[in-house]
Amino acid sequence: MRLLHYLRAMRGIVIRELWRFLRQRERFIAALVRPLVWLFVFAAGFRSTLGLAIMPPYETYILYEVYIAPGLVGMIQLFNGMQSSLSMVYDREMGSMRTLLVSPLPRWFLLTCKLLAGTAVSVLQAYTFLLIAGFYGIEAPWEGYLWLLPALIVSGLMLGALGMLLSSFIKQLENFAGVMNFVIFPMFFMSTALYPLWKIKESSEVLYLLAEYNPFSQAVELIRFALYGQFNEYALLYTCGSLVVFLSLAIIGYNPSKGMMKRKGRG
Amino acid sequence: MSDRAVLSVDHVSYAFGKKKALDDVSIEVDRGECTVLLGPNGAGKSTLFSLITRLYDAPAGTIRINDYDVKKKTSRALAGLGVVFQQPTLDLDLSVMQNLRYHAALHGMSRKQIKVRVQEELERQGMFERRFEQVRQLNGGHRRRVEIARALLHEPKLLLLDEPTVGLDVPSRQAIVQHVHDLCSTDHIAVLWATHLIDEVYETDHLIILHQGVVRAAGVVDEIKRQSGATTIAEAFHRFTREGMAA
Repeated sequence: MRLLHYLRAMRGIVIRELWRFLRQRERFIAALVRPLVWLFVFAAGFRSTLGLAIMPPYETYILYEVYIAPGLVGMIQLFNGMQSSLSMVYDREMGSMRTLLVSPLPRWFLLTCKLLAGTAVSVLQAYTFLLIAGFYGIEAPWEGYLWLLPALIVSGLMLGALGMLLSSFIKQLENFAGVMNFVIFPMFFMSTALYPLWKIKESSEVLYLLAEYNPFSQAVELIRFALYGQFNEYALLYTCGSLVVFLSLAIIGYNPSKGMMKRKGRG
Repeated sequence: MSDRAVLSVDHVSYAFGKKKALDDVSIEVDRGECTVLLGPNGAGKSTLFSLITRLYDAPAGTIRINDYDVKKKTSRALAGLGVVFQQPTLDLDLSVMQNLRYHAALHGMSRKQIKVRVQEELERQGMFERRFEQVRQLNGGHRRRVEIARALLHEPKLLLLDEPTVGLDVPSRQAIVQHVHDLCSTDHIAVLWATHLIDEVYETDHLIILHQGVVRAAGVVDEIKRQSGATTIAEAFHRFTREGMAA
């Protein structure tokens, strides 16, 4: 019976997030417009200036649009993770987070369900983006779209957990702008989303190391390889490891006696 | 903790930094009893509610719901608890039904249970016909009714209400106050109602006066009036809170 309770709660949390997502069409459109602008404008503009050598998982020379497509899928998930954390800060300020936190289930489980719910939304967004990109001529082998699903789940969970961790530290909604400047942009630009590692190494060793160890880079590589039906073991392990670290810290952050929820209470 | 006590708060203290919000607070709420936690703004009522619901941890003292320690047996303790928070906590973008289904899922209710209980509670609140409406379209009074229906969906033994009538018009306030008192007498639910509005207290209620984080008086209304030598609740309240300020 207890297991049934857990499953029902998980389904309820995921369905609620999907209901909200369907109600907030602007959010869906905004999430798609951002990567599409990058694809249609930025990538098209840089096509002639950035030449890419043959490198795994690609077996031939590719256009720049083809290279950045997995990076833009990662971007969707990165923004979605941050959007979820923004909504958690908002829910906490507005009070609706309390409904979740006072339900009779362990807090780690509730937060994990919330993470799953956010990931489900980001997976939908990612596939919609790839569908539009497909019409634009950026196509992957059909089996790649199947292999992509587990990769998207792992990367979505990892980036969502990062957002959740940040939300446990952010006390007020106003502080969220800082997250944009200090987390999203550095993570995105110092990664393999826009340029391959060897290209970064050519210009700066420090930047190369930062990009190499940036969890977002590994999430993008996991997505890139999966999309071409290949398995990148290192990227998977690194992404899973980051997920465990971020989620554990987020759970501690939301623990009423340990993390930020403690609110400096003293007896 | 007495045999009938559904909620027991025992020597609980809490501070935000150096500022003491609650100082050695002990209260009990029995089955079928409506207990009004009366205190001015900043008395510590919401802090006490946050501790009972374990949004914060009480570093000193113990809190038990249905004999389960909130800190040690959190899930079991919270299973028997329904809460209406001071701030509205409904999801405005979702319908009444979707909000209630979400809450029911968190409490592990089956589809069949949800169907039956949602209808029962919404009908009791006169809101069943409006179940498919978006919450955003409802007025403040109706939203509160939905929140009360939601808090009762899983048939809790203890209902906490943190100033649920704030911002409502007089008829809506009276309806909610009456409804909650009916719950105590007909469903034998234990109710802890935090308010600073004296006219929400019934003569039959158990009253706790909280001021500056300290329980100044506790007992049935007549007892409190007798203790303070006052003839009305309002007078008794002013005497206890004035004494607190002098202290």
